[in-house]
Amino acid sequence: MKKLLIALVALIPSLAIAAGGGYSHPLEKAKIDLEDKASLQRGAALFTNYCLGCHQMQFHRYNRSAQDLGIPEELVKENLIFGDQKVGEQMTNAMPAKESAKWFGKQPPDLTLIARLRSPDWIYTYLKSFYIDESKTFGVNNAVFKDVGMPHVLEPLQGTQTAEFVYTEVHGEKTLSGIKLTQKTEGSMTPEEFDQAMHDLVNFLEYVGEPSKLESHKIGTWVLVFLAVFFVFIYLLKKEYWRDVH
Amino acid sequence: MSNAPVDNGRRRFLTVATSVVGGVGAVGAAVPFIASWNPSAKAKAAGAPVEVNVSKLQPGQMLRVEWRGKPVWVVKRTDEMLAQLAKHEGQLRDAASENEQQPQYATNQHRSIKPEYFVAVGICTHLGCSPQYLADSFSAQVEGVPSGFFCPCHGSKFDMAGRVFQSVPAPLNLVIPPHKYLDENTILVGDDSGAA
Amino acid sequence: MWKNLLDWIEYRIPMMRVANMHALQYPAPKNMNFWYVFGFIATVVLVNQIVTGIWLTMNYVPSAEGAFASVEYIMRDVDYGWILRYMHSTGASAFFVVVYLHMFRGMMYGSYQKPRELLWLFGMFIYLALMAEAFMGYLLPWGQMSYWGAQVIISLFGAIPVIGDDLTLWIRGDYVISGATLNRFFALHVIALPLVIVILVFLHIVALHEVGSNNPQGINIKHPKGSLKEEEKTKYQIHEYYTDKYDIIDDVVPFFPHIVLKDLVAFTVFCAACAYVIFFNPEMGGLFIEPPNFEPANPLKTPEHIAPVWYFTPFYAILRAVPDKLLGVIAMFGAIAMLAALPWVDRCKVRSIKYRSGLHKLNLTVFAIVFVLLGWLGLKPATPTFTLMSQISTLLYFGFFGFLWLYSKNEKTKPLPARISK
Repeated sequence: MKKLLIALVALIPSLAIAAGGGYSHPLEKAKIDLEDKASLQRGAALFTNYCLGCHQMQFHRYNRSAQDLGIPEELVKENLIFGDQKVGEQMTNAMPAKESAKWFGKQPPDLTLIARLRSPDWIYTYLKSFYIDESKTFGVNNAVFKDVGMPHVLEPLQGTQTAEFVYTEVHGEKTLSGIKLTQKTEGSMTPEEFDQAMHDLVNFLEYVGEPSKLESHKIGTWVLVFLAVFFVFIYLLKKEYWRDVH
Repeated sequence: MSNAPVDNGRRRFLTVATSVVGGVGAVGAAVPFIASWNPSAKAKAAGAPVEVNVSKLQPGQMLRVEWRGKPVWVVKRTDEMLAQLAKHEGQLRDAASENEQQPQYATNQHRSIKPEYFVAVGICTHLGCSPQYLADSFSAQVEGVPSGFFCPCHGSKFDMAGRVFQSVPAPLNLVIPPHKYLDENTILVGDDSGAA
Repeated sequence: MWKNLLDWIEYRIPMMRVANMHALQYPAPKNMNFWYVFGFIATVVLVNQIVTGIWLTMNYVPSAEGAFASVEYIMRDVDYGWILRYMHSTGASAFFVVVYLHMFRGMMYGSYQKPRELLWLFGMFIYLALMAEAFMGYLLPWGQMSYWGAQVIISLFGAIPVIGDDLTLWIRGDYVISGATLNRFFALHVIALPLVIVILVFLHIVALHEVGSNNPQGINIKHPKGSLKEEEKTKYQIHEYYTDKYDIIDDVVPFFPHIVLKDLVAFTVFCAACAYVIFFNPEMGGLFIEPPNFEPANPLKTPEHIAPVWYFTPFYAILRAVPDKLLGVIAMFGAIAMLAALPWVDRCKVRSIKYRSGLHKLNLTVFAIVFVLLGWLGLKPATPTFTLMSQISTLLYFGFFGFLWLYSKNEKTKPLPARISK
């Protein structure tokens, strides 16, 4: 018992240490609202314009987006599909896997499930945290994803950023404790517009990760209401039969 | 049993009510299991309407396309073929297309929207073989009728509007799928929304 | 008409006799409390797993190339496929929640003691088969966690001296986990183990009905034939299978409808909890479905932190607590074996915790806390602090059985009442 208590007390500081182990950039909160169809539509447009060239969504069909986000199929054909794909097909690109692995070091990952794999906050912060680093192949690095093999595709929108590294002494060792990003050149969007655009994009990725979520909360509510009603009946019936048992 | 009087009315009511509510729940729980047998989004995408460009089709020629895994024929009929349709109506089972083997807009003598273009599912209504298109050798099957469709499996015969002849195994005319014209030369097979 | 049909059937197969013997006229102690609902719930969850499993099989593709995509196909393209999949994944976790509570009930009220040793053993076999079933099922989505979790668990067999390496190779059927492993796991998961589990559940119930249900007082409801006065016997109609051998005291109710109705009340609440998970929180914060599993299996890249699904973590923590591979594996399986040995470790004649010593109450409480703590530790990375805590917890886990064996021989218990109630 005593040992257990000691272990429990010992646990408290260890939780704080467990979070350490290399620098991790603080994540900003992504605004997720699957009811906001306008945001999801803007996110879908951003995705097809800036991401789909390299990243596929090989499990998600164009017409699923059309149906769920309330976009007429004609508009999807005109604005979201660039090749000769049909509206019922999945959002894939024509990039050959082998060559792309040569270009980027690895094949750009499929993004259908990225929001479930990484969390929306991570993606949101990642998209905003590219900074100039001439030592890299694409001239950029990322505060969230060190040595990332992806170019800063959204640079025309965001502009460029520079990074300032903050170090602190821990046990006599210089340890990285923060990366401060500052705007260097401007993009076509103001920082506020860019933030909103990234919220939209992440919102869309979150939706694609689990499209059934749009439906599941509604069905789930009905199921719970039904169970509550059934509970009343089954409880009264049980009471009725157990009335005779003393 | 206990000596306390059993309120039978209440017990019976609660039993029935609980069973009914429980039954509703069981039906609801069965929905996902039953619905999951419907064609999936993949099957629906594969069975989506098919666009057919007929601009290069010569009179008398046939074009085959696949729609929902079935052969669909598009034939550009010649004037002679159309003229022939009225002549052999006495030899047909259902000359006026009374059986619902076609959409409303194809319930006419030529069984199509535009008289020259014939669109039909190329599956015999007998046992599902695909009949042959005999453009000018059909008279060997039916005397005096130069062109038509002949099913090699069991010898069923159809005229150039897919109408079945008498005394063959097939009971019904060929099926006309829902279709519409997107423009002068483009037919959409499988979707007639917005059409008359 | 209806009666004639029933008679016609009854003459040929004992349908009503079995229904009467095992449900309508089965004597159940009337004081069975909240803790006694989990057996019923576990049975329904088993049915759920089998039915949703059959439906998932209709669209699942058991191959390394197609498995991951087919799960997403079920989640997106099949109508309501996501409900079926989440019912199955939530059901798996719910099964273990229910089984752990069911087992703890048995420990509290001494349901493993004579004459229920075999009943307890069948239960332990079900538990083992269930763990194998869950483990193999977890490989099927072919995500990163599926792959590397299986990798770690199969490697455990490599700890066995002499044959270890050959054995792991044989289990995998390849030099790494591959399509061959996936296919054999699939076959075992959908056919072999479900059959084994269903047969074991049948035996578990047959054994239960032979010895009768225990209850929170831990005292018998069956008395030697002729030892009870007529007014002390139950007024409910009890099947002659039981009354021929025993006098049944007036502290029982028939299983149907009384116990079934009570179970259904609890089951409704249980369903609501499951519905919450299925419809609002299917990943359960990464406990029921782990985020790395949303990335397809990649034999060249290990996820940063591999943790088994929560229901294995108590034993995983024990495994990691021991700094030797073979001893760790032995400790892990030993932890399960100790549970199975409980009927012989506990030498006390009094069943229910209500009438046992304060020491036993403390010992069991510590065991429950340690088990939960080990489960939590198994989810955490192996830092020095956590490893130390795991080691202490492991000692306390085995300590429970050691202490129990020592003090249960001459335990100071409270006197048992003659009857469940007056």
